[in-house]
Amino acid sequence: MVARGRIVWISGPAVKADGMSEAKMYETVYVGESRLIGEVIRLTGDTAFIQVYESTSGLRPGEPVIGTGNPLSVLLGPGLIGRIYDGIQRPLDDIARQSGAFISRGIAVDPVDKRKRYRFIPTVKVGDELEPGSRLGTVDETPLIKHHIMLPPDNPGGKVIAVEKEGDYDLEHPIATLEKDGKRHEAKMYHYWPVRRPRPLREKLDPEIPLITGQRVIDTLFPVAKGGTAAIPGGFGTGKTVTMHQIAKWADAQVVIYIGCGERGNEMTEVLVEFPHLTDPRSGRPLMERTVLVANTSNMPVAAREASIYTGVTMGEYYRDMGYDVVLVADSTSRWAEALREMSGRLEEMPAEEGYPSYLASRLAEFYERAGRGIALGTPERIGSVTLIGAVSPSGADFTEPVTTHTIRFIKTFWGLDTRLAYSRHYPAINWMISYSGYVDSIAKWWMKSVSEEWFRLREEGYYILQREDTLKEIVRLLGPEALPDEEKLVLEVARMIKIGILQQAAFDKIDTYCSPAKQFKLLRLMVGFYREAQKALKAGIPLADIRSMQIITRMLKAKFEISEEEIGKIDALYDEMMEEFKALTAREVKQVVG
Amino acid sequence: MVEVGVEYTKVSEIRGPLLIVEGVSRVSFDELVEIETMDGIKRLGKVLEVGQGKAVIQVFEGTTGLSVKGTRARFLGKTMEVPVSQELLGRIFDGLGRPIDGLPEPIAEEFRDVNGAPINPERREYPRDFIQTGVSVIDGMLTLVRGQKLPIFSGSGMPHNILAAQIARQATVVGSGEEFAVVFAAIGVQYSEAQYFKRSLEESGALRRSTLFLNLADDPAIERIITPRVALTVAEYLAFDLNMHVLVILTDMTNYAEALREISAAREEVPGRKGYPGYLYTDLATIYERAGRIKNVKGSITQMPILSMPADDITHPIPDLTGYITEGQIVLSRDLFRRDIYPPVGVLMSLSRLMKDGVGEGKTRADHMEVSNQLYDAYARAQEVRALSEIVGKAGLTGVDLKYLDFGDAFEQQFLKQAVDENRTLEETLRRAWDVLSTLPEGELTKIKEVHIKKYYKARG
Repeated sequence: MVARGRIVWISGPAVKADGMSEAKMYETVYVGESRLIGEVIRLTGDTAFIQVYESTSGLRPGEPVIGTGNPLSVLLGPGLIGRIYDGIQRPLDDIARQSGAFISRGIAVDPVDKRKRYRFIPTVKVGDELEPGSRLGTVDETPLIKHHIMLPPDNPGGKVIAVEKEGDYDLEHPIATLEKDGKRHEAKMYHYWPVRRPRPLREKLDPEIPLITGQRVIDTLFPVAKGGTAAIPGGFGTGKTVTMHQIAKWADAQVVIYIGCGERGNEMTEVLVEFPHLTDPRSGRPLMERTVLVANTSNMPVAAREASIYTGVTMGEYYRDMGYDVVLVADSTSRWAEALREMSGRLEEMPAEEGYPSYLASRLAEFYERAGRGIALGTPERIGSVTLIGAVSPSGADFTEPVTTHTIRFIKTFWGLDTRLAYSRHYPAINWMISYSGYVDSIAKWWMKSVSEEWFRLREEGYYILQREDTLKEIVRLLGPEALPDEEKLVLEVARMIKIGILQQAAFDKIDTYCSPAKQFKLLRLMVGFYREAQKALKAGIPLADIRSMQIITRMLKAKFEISEEEIGKIDALYDEMMEEFKALTAREVKQVVG
Repeated sequence: MVEVGVEYTKVSEIRGPLLIVEGVSRVSFDELVEIETMDGIKRLGKVLEVGQGKAVIQVFEGTTGLSVKGTRARFLGKTMEVPVSQELLGRIFDGLGRPIDGLPEPIAEEFRDVNGAPINPERREYPRDFIQTGVSVIDGMLTLVRGQKLPIFSGSGMPHNILAAQIARQATVVGSGEEFAVVFAAIGVQYSEAQYFKRSLEESGALRRSTLFLNLADDPAIERIITPRVALTVAEYLAFDLNMHVLVILTDMTNYAEALREISAAREEVPGRKGYPGYLYTDLATIYERAGRIKNVKGSITQMPILSMPADDITHPIPDLTGYITEGQIVLSRDLFRRDIYPPVGVLMSLSRLMKDGVGEGKTRADHMEVSNQLYDAYARAQEVRALSEIVGKAGLTGVDLKYLDFGDAFEQQFLKQAVDENRTLEETLRRAWDVLSTLPEGELTKIKEVHIKKYYKARG
């Protein structure tokens, strides 16, 4: 039995319907004659409270509401990669084909083309016993993604009775038949999964591999691990979106899910225009071949904004279950929280802080808990991860507002964007004094093994210089820089070099946009090495002015964008040259003293 | 459409801008309503909420003079629409789109829903055509591109309208020779401000390719909810149906947000920050996102909303939420204004997000982006040094710091400052930029590549 009711009340995206006693919580329903998609979010007697994912303009009391019997679900199968979806997994290009450049309502389209044929290669044979979540075979979804066809996690599994041989099949074609407890069931190349239910893992693993983003301030100072969580709050103009785009472009993940949640339309267009022309630095293939976009821009219906986060993370978990490292960036979780607030207000719930509902914190916790690295269900063993990175847009750039404060409780890496840094065009404007990463110790092993034993020490020294500068700056503000002893003036000088030469990174410069771990390390060694040598030189009596006017400094600062990845050996040469210059300085000094 | 014009007379309550009618049936959400008083005065409104036989109506022209008895509400069976046609150019209308220039109603090609519909992000064309405004600080450091939404954050008394008018007069796309059509929406501004704008368009001959919508300070406040939407509906028609490049100026969005707050308060909704409704962000987005370009369509909508920051506070919800939606912001500075520098653009707080796509080799010049970055960096440093020198005096500064002090002055006087009728070419803007950068030692230019320094840097003795 599905529910069949009638609309009795409408206010914006909230609709009340009577005669809905058959409806279930979070069931998807069709609202009105134009069959708008909605979701049941409260039931009182036979009255259902429905949030509608499309504009309700023109809807009337008395129009029908029809249940579907199913919770809001997404289709999981080959064909997702490279697409752009709205908040409830409708492809925007198919919507455009039906309604033109402007989005109209009540459009029903499949998330993927179910008639498209894929070459299926079985990996199981008749007689195999399969657990839920097991792999049946693979298809090549894009040149980068081998798509594993899996039994759904809630499938009973059982003995393989029949399986198709290698060949081209469409999505509706049954590719295997299984038997469990005397009951037979068929498997296709796709299945549906409810978005609000996390896909289970067999076992969660510790995050110990860093997600390399190619962004120096992130990888070197405040790294995030694969399967970890990070939040990036910042006022407008501090570069949240640019940082998110950079991560989506350069992170060493196999699949990227980019959720534009209540943000600008042109930003999604930018991704769509740019990604097909950008190549993955590791595979050399277009970035679009590993990316799925979910776009619910700020002017699209507010309820679908709430759904878009779940739609995205469910697709992410699906690719994780194949054994891939997935990065999900959600820009911005504040807009999602505002969507919650708006619906909560219309439900006349008692508000907590700033009008947000009291369950804001638990919803945020549930979302970030869907991150993780782990072993998937079934056979063969597959280890994958979902890294969740959420932008937060605090009102008035005030980090004490509810969404930021609650988010911080559930994440381990915090990149705090600073309006003042942004004003002076220090990009990325990640403030190194308020940011932190809870993964440094667990991923240090990786760096020391893959890049250099020295990494951990150099990182600490570099970070220490920045921290000392921050204290000294207070004194300078009161007394002027000339009041400091030379040793401390040197700290200021080197901190400036680290800021310009390492922390600042031009996202739109061809060379500087991506920086490999090896190059990051070499630049760090260059600056910290300079500090060590300069300290020695000061002790040897060389005036600070001489050190400051060393010709090599400008070249060190520009190494990040003048020296490309192919020629990073030049940074070592620069290092040697710097050592030579210090030697020459000392020699001259000694000569002067002796002479 | 038999039911068009169904009339109800059972008004149960009038509260602020709201009128509540009971005993209604077949009324739809968002429907347009015509309200008629006993004396035959007609007003327009729309349905905000409907159910259980009750409709809550927002009256655009205010509820003053309406009474519970004798007021009739006619439900028109459609959402609010405006007539659109090429004839709208050169005309002046009120805030709801009715002519106030003494000329007859224009003949409509079509009627369009004022709420518009969201542009499908998949069908957007990414904006990248450089617009030369002739204003150095904008062209050099805050480049505007066709299809961008770039607001001016101002404060009371500052010359935002003069700057907007200058941009409207001077804006061209270099090489194409195409002129912009201007759609101007005055939202609760004073008569004199609207008049200044009109005269400015008239004198430059731009009025014949402009459409003006005026809701003045003494016009009904609730009408302000509709005015920007009417203007943008017309702009969309001009841009996407008639292939024109349209510059939309909306002034002052603060008045708009206040009207929205008034309705929200009357509905007794749970307020967000400073009493503004929790959906202010979404609501503003439905206005600002109506800018851009569409694939395979020649026209474009470039939006320049103007808002006055209450108490010059950029963290106030209105500028704050606007900044999160728009593609940058031009912030006017009280300090520069006091020092008589026009345009008083506080560059450090200002930003154009789309600049990176509109400048560079083949668009403007290869060194443009780097020069801009260096100007920001150096001016930020100059401001720091200024603050420091006020405490420790010039004697406490290093030699390089003193150079930055000079740079700050040169930047403001030679680059930023210009006359209201001065239209600079991009070449001149960049020449001035290099002139002021050349007051600094070469080693300080860390954001510019060697090739460009070799070509343009002229060291000073």
